Amino acid sequence: MLSYLLKRLFWMVPLLVGISLISFLIMHLAPGDITSTEAGFNPKTSEESRQKLREMYNLDKPVVVQYGLWLKRISKLDFGHSFASHQKPVFWEEKDKDGNITKGMIQEALPITLLINVLSLILIIAIALPLGVISALTQNKLPDRAITIFVFIGFAIPGFWLALMLMYWTGVSHHWLPISGLHSLGSDKLPWISQVIDTLHHLTLPILISGLTGLAGISLFVRNGMLDVLHQDYITTARAKGLPENTVVYKHALRNALLPLITIFGLSIPGLIGGSVIAESIFAIPGMGKLFYDAVLMRDFPVIMGILTIGSALTLLGNLLADLAYAWADPRVRKGVSS
Amino acid sequence: MRSILRNPLAVAGLCIISAILLMAIFAPFIAPYDPDSIDVKSILLAPSSEHIMGTDGLGRDVWSRMLFGARISLLVGIVAVGIATIIGIFLGAIAGFYRGWVDTVIMRLVDVMLSIPTFFLILAVIAFLTPSIWNIMIVIGLTSWMGVTRLVRAEFLSLRNREFVLASQTLGAKDYRLIFKHLLPNSLTPIIVSSVLGVASAVLVESGLSFLGLGVQAPQASWGNILTDGKEYIEFAWWLSLFPGIAILITVLGYNLLGEGLRDALDPRTSKN
Repeated sequence: MLSYLLKRLFWMVPLLVGISLISFLIMHLAPGDITSTEAGFNPKTSEESRQKLREMYNLDKPVVVQYGLWLKRISKLDFGHSFASHQKPVFWEEKDKDGNITKGMIQEALPITLLINVLSLILIIAIALPLGVISALTQNKLPDRAITIFVFIGFAIPGFWLALMLMYWTGVSHHWLPISGLHSLGSDKLPWISQVIDTLHHLTLPILISGLTGLAGISLFVRNGMLDVLHQDYITTARAKGLPENTVVYKHALRNALLPLITIFGLSIPGLIGGSVIAESIFAIPGMGKLFYDAVLMRDFPVIMGILTIGSALTLLGNLLADLAYAWADPRVRKGVSS
Repeated sequence: MRSILRNPLAVAGLCIISAILLMAIFAPFIAPYDPDSIDVKSILLAPSSEHIMGTDGLGRDVWSRMLFGARISLLVGIVAVGIATIIGIFLGAIAGFYRGWVDTVIMRLVDVMLSIPTFFLILAVIAFLTPSIWNIMIVIGLTSWMGVTRLVRAEFLSLRNREFVLASQTLGAKDYRLIFKHLLPNSLTPIIVSSVLGVASAVLVESGLSFLGLGVQAPQASWGNILTDGKEYIEFAWWLSLFPGIAILITVLGYNLLGEGLRDALDPRTSKN
């Protein structure tokens, strides 16, 4: 297990370098340098502060040196300060001379996006698992057909449109659910339990949207996984030795069919993070997606670069965790035996 | 070919896509109004016999705009996937044919691209370019070639040492001949399937970008930016949000059905069960 872990960690190094290189190259796509007005930089900025920025990003040095210096800075997790939002630190909180703490932008936004994604993953598993199993057990019969149609529609439905429709239905015409923000006005005066309920209430629609759009893929995956496993010899053996059908299906088949789900969840992380952009901007939720979208509109370079790098690093971390979980659950992977 | 026409999924998908394609091609003849002509006297009219999908905030006919929007969606989807497929075939072929360090470098690049959240990457690139239909196509194409690359590489790896390839090589065939005459034609099925499915996701990405205001720019109509207006007027004009969403859904559904149908029809391994 340890050697497996080390090998995995070793492979992450070139990936991290590649990610940083691509993030860095994107910054140099901009016409002129990043402080020029062609790049959308605020034209009212004085020449001095522009000069300061150029020095900070070493824009006067050759590109290779710039990259090296940038890499050195981000390896210390220093992603600089926002251009647009009053010099807030991009990544993590900082103390100034008077001991006042300014929270980092990613530090504030990340937990919100993670919370939404974790809750919607739970929703996805709770619905997609039974759907997939039912679909596999009734292959080509009515329930399977119905679920398959549902899956195809789920794949095709644009998440942001579903968001708009649900927003209209539940928020505008019936006032069942709040349609924007994270808290109600004045909710900070309520006891904490009411605050939690208030936040969850605000998150219902976003979670529902990302859950509903992610459902289709997972339930199809469970169905196909189950079908694969149910056709294998050891299942026939289990049936032949007279085990009850429920034991065969739930104890022998399902557990093996679920293994690859671990990898699928790992692989879906970049999609979930990226997908948060549209949902969060529709519902005005201050998470990673909204932060990134606003940064893009304002051409706030340090924030864009910071989120791109952190988002990718999180993806790598997620994949690593998924691989480790897989290795833990499946001895064939751990011992390097190809199946 | 006959196996495709016998597959209900593929046929359904084909019908949907052909219908939308025809509507897009003949948009100028079908559209009852000029999609860009502003009419202040008929702002936000509900669907009626005169405007079957109503009018938008500037009094433009939504049905006409939808028809012209179909051109944009299909064009962006197909060109973006074309770009991605060409890159994917090129890199995948090199990696799978030559193996060794070339393969390692290309596959690491694929891993790197796959770990950057795609939508963030697209938005970041667009932030520095001016959003336009051409930039959108290129950016979506440049960020979605990884799947095809892996696919082509895997096919090439499994075909590379088959007898017919080795025989041809022994007879002195050049590399490009082996690649284009023997390996590529035998890898076409999965490439076609993944391209068709790729168009579906490119259509979704384009509409999402246009919805965010970073895609196709007004006054040019796209389904995504009609929806942006729809969001603006959601309290009084449901038709502005309903129709473009359904159009996107049906188009994406069409491509997905065709893709899955082709996979079933052409792949002997899945058609068995």
